[in-house]
Amino acid sequence: MSALLAQVEIRERTEDTCVADNGFCPDWIVDNFDRYVDPFLEHVVLTVVAVAIGFGIAFSLALFAYRRRWLIDPVTQITGILYTIPSIAAFFLLLPITGRGFTTATVALVAYVLLIIFRNVLAGLDNVPGDIKDAGRGMGLTDRQLLWRVEVPLALPEIMAGLRIAATTTVGLATLVFFAGAGGLGEQIFADITFKSNVVVAGGLAVLLAAALDGLILLVQRAITPWETASLRSRPSRLLARRRAAVAR
Amino acid sequence: MNSPDSAQSPGPSPLSRSDAATLEFRSATKVYPGQREPAVGGLSLTVPAGEICVLVGPSGCGKTTAMRMVNRMIDITDGDILLDGASVKNRRPAELRREIGYAIQQIGLFPHLTVGDNIATVPRLLGWDKARIRARIDELLELVSLDPHETRDRYPAQLSGGQRQRVGVARALAVDPPLMLMDEPFGAIDPINRERLQNEFLRLQREIRKTVVFVTHDIDEAIKMGDRIAVLQQGGKLAQYASPAELLMYPANRFVEDFVGADRALKRLALQRVRDVDLWKAPLVRVGEPVAEARAKLGDAEVPYPLLVDGDARPLGWLSERGLAGERVEQELRSNPQPILDLDDVLRDALADLLSEEAQYGPVVDGRGAVTGVLSIEILSHALRSDPDEVPSGADAL
Repeated sequence: MSALLAQVEIRERTEDTCVADNGFCPDWIVDNFDRYVDPFLEHVVLTVVAVAIGFGIAFSLALFAYRRRWLIDPVTQITGILYTIPSIAAFFLLLPITGRGFTTATVALVAYVLLIIFRNVLAGLDNVPGDIKDAGRGMGLTDRQLLWRVEVPLALPEIMAGLRIAATTTVGLATLVFFAGAGGLGEQIFADITFKSNVVVAGGLAVLLAAALDGLILLVQRAITPWETASLRSRPSRLLARRRAAVAR
Repeated sequence: MNSPDSAQSPGPSPLSRSDAATLEFRSATKVYPGQREPAVGGLSLTVPAGEICVLVGPSGCGKTTAMRMVNRMIDITDGDILLDGASVKNRRPAELRREIGYAIQQIGLFPHLTVGDNIATVPRLLGWDKARIRARIDELLELVSLDPHETRDRYPAQLSGGQRQRVGVARALAVDPPLMLMDEPFGAIDPINRERLQNEFLRLQREIRKTVVFVTHDIDEAIKMGDRIAVLQQGGKLAQYASPAELLMYPANRFVEDFVGADRALKRLALQRVRDVDLWKAPLVRVGEPVAEARAKLGDAEVPYPLLVDGDARPLGWLSERGLAGERVEQELRSNPQPILDLDDVLRDALADLLSEEAQYGPVVDGRGAVTGVLSIEILSHALRSDPDEVPSGADAL
């Protein structure tokens, strides 16, 4: 219903032949760009909130299951089921509980990212080399100190990789949340699915958002894992060091 | 790096300047769940304070298990281990481990921390203040022959294998622990660097005098590093606990004999230096000396030829009959004093030198190059038969 209204709205505003032909019209895009700002922001908020909550839950579950290995299978199965439920079905299943709108959309998106993040955090922790854990324990780190000072930092590359997948897939999935009445770029796309200019701009913004989030998380990862890049830089500096040492002798 | 745990520690630890500890295994036994045979069965031995005790044996003999029971990385099934008379079983494992240096073959440096932060790990756990930690990092890096300015802020991936190993040792020494546990610490290093690191560690040990439990499967490393060697056989049974010399001279049983190897007599020569044996007197002559006097000197010497030396008693060559033909001693063109041996050479190297020169004997010189005596194959073969009580152990040989 709302889709129909929007369609009428877009058509009524113009007599341009390009628009009338549902074509790709740069002029129309420039004139009408502000109508995409709010849906875009909605999309950003939905994605960020869903990934943040999903990360909080999945990260906690992973830390918990890391020390209590028996939890891994049940958690994987449950989050696996949540992952496979089609989101549109999820929206309608949630309707009687959370109603239409932001909450329903967020719950469905969160449910979707849990498995991705859980698996990556756990894999990251499991991949910390045994000798490093052994050395840490042997020096007198408690389990908790070992986890937060050694294991979690060393798992960061994999944790962040999981976050990147989660963020980009959530951007795509969030184009469907208008079925739950939560707006977003999807609402714009479906507002006039035959109008190329509209689909290109709304869809393009979604792609841009996904790329931007991906790049942002990558930048954060680089910033918080300086040792990963340091080893790449080491070659010239090591040569230099050797030369300096030789001179000193 | 602040956690609730470090906040509990009340300021700088009292063990910051500790002496070496005495370590005692008292029928220490480890049986893994589901196994009938113990991995370590009733191990009893005492490591005196400040000595290196090497646990050596074939793989699966329980040497690493025995070592890991000391800092409770592996729990003791039966018996006890005492550190300065106090049972390790009464200690909280994490606290106990902070007082015991720990170095393993894979080193296990934290790749996400700089060298300085790696070394600072235990000091931070014990709540040292920043200035003290910083000073300690530099002090330790210098101790293990690394340049603090170059190394402190680098990540482990930026170091060579040998440098990483040194940082590992520095990290284990961070809070000056009274006991060090070292599990094949040089096992993953190439032979040349391993030899260097071994020598460096022995030099370091002469300074710091820690009690060290050193695990290796390499009998040569055990002989080189150990003040005492505990040879373990399958099931963690102690086959023999002795000084290197005694082990080589009197292997307790067939197992030890096989493990030490058929060349154990030769290995013993690595424990003694030239200065440790009774040298022959050298019949020294100088150019221009009357031949009659020179011949007189030969009379009570074990060597058949006189040794021509210069004014500072440095060897020039052995004289043959032709050199003694005239009125006075003359220098022979083809005379040759090789091999010249040093008082500080180990006997094995001296023997190798004699053999490679195809010589029966060679002049021995002191630090200034002056001849102090003659070493011969005969002396060496006598040394091989001598009693180990006269043989100093590896670390005391200097």
